[in-house]
Amino acid sequence: MIVQASCVRFESLSLDNGATLAPVDVAYETYGELNPSKSNAILILHAFSGDAHAAGISHETGKPGWWDNMIGPGKAFDTNKYFVICSNILGGCRGSTGPSSINPATGCPYAMSFPVITIADIVRLQKMLVDSLKIDRLLSVAGGSMGGMQALEWAVAFPDRVVSAIPIACTTRHSAQQIAFNEVGRQAIMADPDWNDGNYYDRKPPARGLAVARMVGHITYMSDDSMREKFGRRLRGKENFGFDFDVDFEVESYLRYRGSEFVNRFDANSYLYITKAMDYFDLTNGNSTLAAAFSASQARFLVISFSSDWLYPSYQSQEIVRALRSRNCDVAYCELQSNYGHDAFLVDVAEETDLIRGFLASTYEKVQ
Amino acid sequence: MTAEPQKKTPFVPEVLGRSDYAIIGEIVEPNTKVLDLGCGEGELLQWLAENKGVDARGVEISGARVKHAISRGVSVYQGDIDEGLADYPDQAFDYVILSQTLQQTHHPLKVLHEMLRVGRRAIVAFPNFGHWTVRFTMMFRGGAPKTKLFPYDWYDSPNIHFLTVHDFEALVSAERLVVERRYFLAGHRKIHAFPNLLTEVAVYLIRAQ
Repeated sequence: MIVQASCVRFESLSLDNGATLAPVDVAYETYGELNPSKSNAILILHAFSGDAHAAGISHETGKPGWWDNMIGPGKAFDTNKYFVICSNILGGCRGSTGPSSINPATGCPYAMSFPVITIADIVRLQKMLVDSLKIDRLLSVAGGSMGGMQALEWAVAFPDRVVSAIPIACTTRHSAQQIAFNEVGRQAIMADPDWNDGNYYDRKPPARGLAVARMVGHITYMSDDSMREKFGRRLRGKENFGFDFDVDFEVESYLRYRGSEFVNRFDANSYLYITKAMDYFDLTNGNSTLAAAFSASQARFLVISFSSDWLYPSYQSQEIVRALRSRNCDVAYCELQSNYGHDAFLVDVAEETDLIRGFLASTYEKVQ
Repeated sequence: MTAEPQKKTPFVPEVLGRSDYAIIGEIVEPNTKVLDLGCGEGELLQWLAENKGVDARGVEISGARVKHAISRGVSVYQGDIDEGLADYPDQAFDYVILSQTLQQTHHPLKVLHEMLRVGRRAIVAFPNFGHWTVRFTMMFRGGAPKTKLFPYDWYDSPNIHFLTVHDFEALVSAERLVVERRYFLAGHRKIHAFPNLLTEVAVYLIRAQ
């Protein structure tokens, strides 16, 4: 399945912080066909470092999408049956407007003059995209991690626009621990002299800071078990310790590789803005309880967590489920057993596929 | 609610290979809202959704079973019945079903009251520990009963509270609950005499006063 990205431009977007962004671009891809009654559309919401290229082989890069094991013909999100949309988020650096985009007022990249955005802003822009595709109701909104937060925001902000929501390995608000890890990443970037207060677009980017931020991130995405299995204490290309500070252990080599690879595809300022949006996210916003936040929601929910995910532990998913139950909402929940930590939603997909396939099929049946 | 049916045939059909499911299927009114506690892989809920148009929800503690239930499109959440009902608002369901699970809960009485808080009616099916085969094996073998109804060895049985038809009748009366219907089953037959001795599985439809 060769896929091509599209881009749509909107005149302006009003943001939670009071600012208005104009114009706003959204990069997106679609897979499958929209049916005549437009009842088979599913919006996939990407996680922190994802992009619009969720499935298929990219026409431009030749690379598979980040959730290609879940989206496609016969897969969990079956493109023979459903019309699947995925867009790059606001604040991103993969085609949608973000800090690396040119500010039309100055002719230069926004950099740190880009407004601080929220998950609600991100979702509002997605809704504009869905409107532009003339889709009244989405069969489902689905995503893992920050994608799950967006799915929850969709269900709460636009209750009449979603039939179902699939928040995976996520939370209704970041804990102190989650904010702390994000802050370490931000500080690593801002401590790099190449960051230069965010003005690096015409020079050397803060590659070292961004790589360190990514290394920390990767540790939080794995589990003790998966790291032991993958690396243990194995040495990298040597029999004995080097007695220096070059790479000794496999795990060091892996993290350095992941860090440097990330620099080539991600913008450091986007890292700052998107992690901030995650930290600000609180679904109870303006409501006395989480349950009250769901008061208008009519959606059917499938909540999934993973046993070894310590970044978004199961108790956070259970909080979502409890709030939904107290509103007597239709919710299914399962904690899947996996050793892969937070990464499980991307890599350990066999059981996740069964759950989502069954859930979507029964949901689709109800709207026919 | 209709009165207890007095059918001429003493035989009960099967639903999904079980006669207690057939009884439950007979009790549940169409297009109602049903919660099944300890719903396993959600077979009964799926049947009720397809055949009675009910809005079906379930609770199940085993992750593997929850997985199967969700895969077949039933809204089940993974949780413990003993603690799990607290979040539900009062009278959220028309029926709360507890099928052959009461004897496995830690606090059966609390579960029963919770069922009648979140549901207008409760359907309770349980294996009768007063069945003559149980009495017989205890009397003559002197060991913990291991029968068709209670097929486990004492050390790996999930059953922790054993009750008889007699015990349940005493409980509902002491708790001033209203029994709307009661069915006593032995295989595919309905029992009318000596239920405490002959019933294999009892099914009760109860409500609060």
